[in-house]
Amino acid sequence: MGNVPCAVKQCLSYQQLLREHLWIGDSVAGALEPAQESAQLSGFPEYVKIVEVGPRDGLQNEKVIVPTDIKIEFINQLSQTGLSVIEVTSFVSSRWIPQVAAGATEVSVFGAASESFSKKNINCSIEESMKKFEEVVKSARHMNIPARGYVSCALGCPYEGNITLQKVTEVSKRLYGMGCYEISLGDTIGVGTPGSMKKMLESVMKEIPPRALAVHCHDTYGQALANILTALQMGINVVDSAVSGLGGCPYAKGASGNVATEDLIYMLNGLGVNTGVNLYKVMEAGDFICKAVNKTTNSKVAQASFNA
Amino acid sequence: MATVRKALPRRLVGLATLRAVSTSSVGTFPKRVKIVEVGPRDGLQNEKNIVPTPVKIKLIDMLSEAGLPVVEATSFVSPKWVPQMADHAEVLKGIQKFPGINYPVLTPNFKGFQAAVAAGAKEVAIFGAASELFTKKNINCSIDESLQRFDEILKAARAASISVRGYVSCVLGCPYEGKISPAKVAEVTKKLYSMGCYEISLGDTIGVGTPGAMKDMLSAVLHEVPVTALAVHCHDTYGQALANTLTALQMGVSVVDSSVAGLGGCPYAQGASGNLATEDLVYMLTGLGIQTGVNLQKLLEAGAFICQALNRRTNSKVAQATCKL
Repeated sequence: MGNVPCAVKQCLSYQQLLREHLWIGDSVAGALEPAQESAQLSGFPEYVKIVEVGPRDGLQNEKVIVPTDIKIEFINQLSQTGLSVIEVTSFVSSRWIPQVAAGATEVSVFGAASESFSKKNINCSIEESMKKFEEVVKSARHMNIPARGYVSCALGCPYEGNITLQKVTEVSKRLYGMGCYEISLGDTIGVGTPGSMKKMLESVMKEIPPRALAVHCHDTYGQALANILTALQMGINVVDSAVSGLGGCPYAKGASGNVATEDLIYMLNGLGVNTGVNLYKVMEAGDFICKAVNKTTNSKVAQASFNA
Repeated sequence: MATVRKALPRRLVGLATLRAVSTSSVGTFPKRVKIVEVGPRDGLQNEKNIVPTPVKIKLIDMLSEAGLPVVEATSFVSPKWVPQMADHAEVLKGIQKFPGINYPVLTPNFKGFQAAVAAGAKEVAIFGAASELFTKKNINCSIDESLQRFDEILKAARAASISVRGYVSCVLGCPYEGKISPAKVAEVTKKLYSMGCYEISLGDTIGVGTPGAMKDMLSAVLHEVPVTALAVHCHDTYGQALANTLTALQMGVSVVDSSVAGLGGCPYAQGASGNLATEDLVYMLTGLGIQTGVNLQKLLEAGAFICQALNRRTNSKVAQATCKL
């Protein structure tokens, strides 16, 4: 999610869009296995939905430009793994309706809990961005298209530092209120720790039911899985991640970005939490994309298994 | 302003009922955690490049300056087995002994113990395992026999007022046996504790554990040994170390082993990572408001120093994010 602001910035300029190598992808819903009865620890959800953001958040943050046929193969492989949501982006300008008419059936809007972040990245205040999102979400709903809301900087901002709980809650509530079916709370720069995750979720959950929330943790400081564990213990059961932990962090050169889907699944499997996802197939897809972009995986599970 | 994605009609996944979630367990943590820095021993031992003695000494001094309360300095093991630790006596004699900081050394047998005492050791560590096959493959005897061999050390240590720390390997899984029963771990831990070890470090040697397994194992061990005498030693082979450590903290454990820069690979999974990085651990503890006494900046410097000496990248994410390495 760290690069979202760049993407959003780009999509405001139609000329830039034409120049960029724009590719329209599909989010593919794989088949889901029915929730199984499995031995599990009290205090954890029985099922966790993983939202795979590798093809979008991950690849965009990689320096190497990935050819379209590789991307398509990557997404095809991911769609065989059991992942029910695979995010692939199509950047759109304000003239997004034709794109939607072309077949897209879900929309995401990216808000931020930080005024500075919002200003620097989409050149408008949070309030202004919310008004624009309202239009988008309203139109989407008229066409029966679900909208997912993202809140960046939920645990800290690269410009402002600490973000107040009230602000995160306010922005999340706004997005939920305008009709987003799910709000993904993003630790954009990975600075959060279990304590700050807990406090933030306690605050947001006063306004939004846990079933409408997701966490999107970056692993910039190695805290992602610990933060996700905390979120699960609090009743969250939707987690964003990226296969191979693709994607760096635009705010800390050399730093890692997304939490690796493989490592997340490993933890959930160990906890007896159902995900419907085949870890080995995800690892194969991860191996494929890493070879294709010529980089070593950020997933520890993959490192341990593929004798990298 | 928005991204668009196409979704095939999704089957409505009945979001299965949530079990009652207790948030009370989420927030209870010790006020203070003692970090046992094992980089100079466990870390370096598993690094391919041999590190010269002066570099080892400087590393340990830098770690002391960073405020770590315990720094495992070396291992009095035969150089034939572990060439990296061949300079054990020089290292122990050469380091600055900061007041208030302990410098335990590993003593795999009585001969090693004697050499350690001669070199000035005030604290030693002995190793057991929760797996029969692991013990057989490594030291060619049963768990019971291995513990008997340590009797001599414990007697001598008691007489000389030297503290002994016990380690239990394979507490969450064994590279040979696979699953390890929590009851077995509890049994071995209890033995070490009753033999006189003041603290027992429970090691997820191959990093296969996940929070559930950690919880089950600790629940069994806590029936036999008080939580104040326990430590966890999580390997990050599958990226689970910090999550497992967090679980242990939630259960009252307040001593955690880690290795600066996440030094040390895994001898059982080529290419895999090993220890939990001290920097990443300190980051989490600080964020939780838990005292450690450690200066993260100085710790990062120690990590940068040893990585340069080893000509390798750090395994610490905090270091990667901060030092732009």
